[in-house]
Amino acid sequence: MTWDWQVFLTDDGSGRTYLEWMLEAWRWTLAVAASSWVVAIAVGAVVGTVRTLPGRPVLVALGNAWVELFRNIPLLVQIFLWYFVVPKIFPAFQQVPGFVLVVFALGFFTSARIAEQVRAGIQSLPKGQSYAAMAMGFTTAQSYRYVILPMAFRIILPPLTSESMNLLKNSSVAFAVSIAELTMFAMQAQEETSRGIEIYIAVTGLYALSAFAVNRVFAQIEKRMRVPGFIVSGGTGGH
Amino acid sequence: MFGLDLSFFDLEMLRKFVWSGLVFSVQLTITATIGGVIFGTLLALMRLSGSKLLSTPATFYVNGMRSVPLVMVILWFYLLMPFLIGRPIGAEWSAIITFVAFEAAYFSEIMRAGIQSIPRGQVYAGQAMGMTYGQNMRLIILPQAFINMLPVLLTQTIILFQDTSLVYAIGAYDLLKGFTNAGKIYGRPEEAYILAAAVYFIICFALSWAVKRLQARIAIVR
Repeated sequence: MTWDWQVFLTDDGSGRTYLEWMLEAWRWTLAVAASSWVVAIAVGAVVGTVRTLPGRPVLVALGNAWVELFRNIPLLVQIFLWYFVVPKIFPAFQQVPGFVLVVFALGFFTSARIAEQVRAGIQSLPKGQSYAAMAMGFTTAQSYRYVILPMAFRIILPPLTSESMNLLKNSSVAFAVSIAELTMFAMQAQEETSRGIEIYIAVTGLYALSAFAVNRVFAQIEKRMRVPGFIVSGGTGGH
Repeated sequence: MFGLDLSFFDLEMLRKFVWSGLVFSVQLTITATIGGVIFGTLLALMRLSGSKLLSTPATFYVNGMRSVPLVMVILWFYLLMPFLIGRPIGAEWSAIITFVAFEAAYFSEIMRAGIQSIPRGQVYAGQAMGMTYGQNMRLIILPQAFINMLPVLLTQTIILFQDTSLVYAIGAYDLLKGFTNAGKIYGRPEEAYILAAAVYFIICFALSWAVKRLQARIAIVR
């Protein structure tokens, strides 16, 4: 077999080249991943924190239920639920664009994993930290805001890095509901051009490049946020 | 309720559509776990061997697999298998080979951590007994590494079971496909997705509860 990289310069039938189509698909991938990341971090931080609150068994149970619910259903099934089932049950969602529904699906799915990391991060802090805050006369909210959370988020930066890379990779599942992202492009362009190998190599390269970029950004954040003499940054962590 | 109608959900429907899909999903999970642990252990041993000739390709393979979305790996294998074997193979066989190859990378990281968690003294003790490298690994190190990592390995298996739904990309007939097909035939696609979600949830929730119990027991033994 021979290479044919010219395929990227041919017209896809709508006045743009396959290269242009691929770059647009890349932007969709990044848009899905970035928006879901914001949802996942916001929800994950709240749920994870709530699960550690002292003397609030109902909130803790709700937080645990959230994590178990979104962690034990495959992402693909969750995307189908948001895309097909939610608009049917709640007609108000019929006006919501598919992109937003996928962002909810991916964001909430990831939020469960981040909530688990946040909880573990908070609980890994020595008890003395919150006692010290208490001794200073801090309320629970203040001790979380000024003492516990700043340390917990630094501790979980390494697993948060790999979870963010996972989120980027998981955005590929959006192909199933025809979001015009990289995997969707790969499947369609492969069929149209039958130059699958060249197309897949390019798409795989873009995924690897994006994941690497996420990794570098987090490495920078970790360096900037380091508290001298406190946390020795370790491996890259998790799945 | 909510304009949903679950009346098509009965034994007949499960037997006709869902059962064979469930069997395939479970087969895929078990094969990929066993194959993944075997190849993953070999990859881990290569990475820890200290020989550049062995560790470089293993590191390259593991990091490569881990930086690509599973859906892309599934598509890659489905595209390349006919070239490698010389004839087209079905989506199901392609999925099995893909999952073994993909999961080997993740299991190898777990086994590497497990092997590294064994104190060096164990290795020296084995050597002092006159054991060869193979005997030392097989009789002393790997059994302990495997037991230590059992909860993590099983958690990975639960993730793997959820990931098998991604064979949707190449149209293999798995648990999810069983439900979506039934939904199409009975004209109740939304209800079918809800049932699929419920079945996945029950299986995964029960398994992770069992892993938690196991973890607590192992922690006591140690």
